[in-house]
Amino acid sequence: MLERVNSGLRRIPAWLLYVVLPLPAVWFLYLGLTGGLGAEPIKALEHKLGEFALQLLIAGLAVTPLRRHLGLNLIRFRRAIGLMAFLYVFLHLLTWLVLDVQVLSQIWADILKRPYITVGMAGFVLLVPLALTSNNFSVRKLGPRWRKLHKLTYGAVLLGAVHYVMLVKGFQLEPLIYLGVILGLLALRIEPKKLRRRFARQSAA
Amino acid sequence: MAFRWKNTLTENDVTPEALYLSRRQLMGGAAGLGLATLAGRAGAMEAGLEPNDWDDITSYNNFYEFGTGKSDPANNAHALTIDPWSVRIDGLVDKPGDYAFEDIMKAMSVEERIYRFRCVEAWSMVVPWNGFELADLLTMAGIQSGAKYVAFETLYRPEEMVGQKYAVLDWPYVEGLRLDEAMHPLTLMATGIYGRDIPKQNGAPLRLVVPWKYGFKSIKSIVRITLTDKEPPTSWNIANGREYGFYSNVNPKVDHPRWSQASERVIGGGLFARKQPTLMFNGYEEEVASLYAGMDLGTFF
Ligand code: HEM
Repeated sequence: MLERVNSGLRRIPAWLLYVVLPLPAVWFLYLGLTGGLGAEPIKALEHKLGEFALQLLIAGLAVTPLRRHLGLNLIRFRRAIGLMAFLYVFLHLLTWLVLDVQVLSQIWADILKRPYITVGMAGFVLLVPLALTSNNFSVRKLGPRWRKLHKLTYGAVLLGAVHYVMLVKGFQLEPLIYLGVILGLLALRIEPKKLRRRFARQSAA
Repeated sequence: MAFRWKNTLTENDVTPEALYLSRRQLMGGAAGLGLATLAGRAGAMEAGLEPNDWDDITSYNNFYEFGTGKSDPANNAHALTIDPWSVRIDGLVDKPGDYAFEDIMKAMSVEERIYRFRCVEAWSMVVPWNGFELADLLTMAGIQSGAKYVAFETLYRPEEMVGQKYAVLDWPYVEGLRLDEAMHPLTLMATGIYGRDIPKQNGAPLRLVVPWKYGFKSIKSIVRITLTDKEPPTSWNIANGREYGFYSNVNPKVDHPRWSQASERVIGGGLFARKQPTLMFNGYEEEVASLYAGMDLGTFF
């Protein structure tokens, strides 16, 4: 069964994601322009883009555990998922800059003064080098350092989720569920054997 | 005493019906009919104040009892039973008791008030409310001399108010005013919008409207009003005292810890709406500033 799924997936070209995944953004923009996002489309667009960005980041984070624990192989799509996640974070930021805040002097003030913006911005900044090195050339050039660099993903996703937790009013479950899923996906990466070995080495030293 | 405050009227500010009805409603026929009776309404507005249309006012709401999304109240509030409805008025009053909504309406004189409505989240609307002055209701109950504050409570009925199944806030929602704020002629108990009964998502059958304070002070679907001698607890202050004070007067100079209050976005401007500067006391400085004479508004935010 899993074999069949995996071999079916092999027939889907990864470039398809670069075509399909931007479509929601186009749809959101269309809705925003035609009244489909309600009475206040700016915040609604910002929220839709931010939420989809976070979902894509989580999808990217799920690839490895899915393969390791379920044998489902999505590794071919991981780069596209990651780059598309970056696209959505970027559009989310752009919405904030151009449509939401508008005032140039307030943009900088908000980044420094509003912790949830600072945290979101930090998440974005961490994603920039990852997006820039998501190509074959960089993978070859950086060699083993590439894997190390791309561990930044964990930080970026966490910052994105914490940013969400920080911005809601009152006690709300949704952002906490996102954060919980992310922590779960990160916990699945901890390899007890490796940890034990490292611990043993440290105590021996 | 009713009619103590007047919108500053100018002839050409009277909104033609077609202007405040959205296209959707005009096409929706039946909805338009209900408003035909309003064609001759005397309502007018302050120069430059154009009310938002019915759809904006009734589809974009914060009413966490029905969910935290802006469209949740419009989607979920239909489940609420508002008939029968009564308001318990108690505490330091001469005539405590449960007042039936119909009896209150019989005793009060309803008028139209077009007010700016400024949410703490930095958006705003202009709403043509119908309602009566809270002062009249309190006077009817008989205010005792020791009373200094007024506490309000929203209905708690999780079977009908789906948002109350989650601990977003400490239910029931409670709010409060100082007695002089409550007695101010601007302070309204709203029972209608655009001459229709107030929709459930906007706080049916009766809600508070304090136009110089952030929207969350204007507590909805009220079931209890208590006159006290102590400052009553308020829901958002309980949830986060650093961010939401008892007074919560609109003040462009005192930022919310997480965002600026210097400007606001008027709902209804679409995807490219510009922001506009927020006014001190939401534009009602002349009327209410004296209530806070000598107080440090940064401390008593
Ligand atoms: C890793 C990067 C980021 C992620 C994953 C992310 C995700 C999110 C999510 C999920 C929301 C809430 C959506 C909802 O309520 O449904 C949100 C809201 C928001 N984000 Fe981000 N975000 C990121 C970076 C940024 C950056 C760089 C900025 C601006 C500098 C920003 C500004 C905002 C604002 C202003 C809101 C709306 C707050 C409000 O409701 O007023 N975010 N973001």
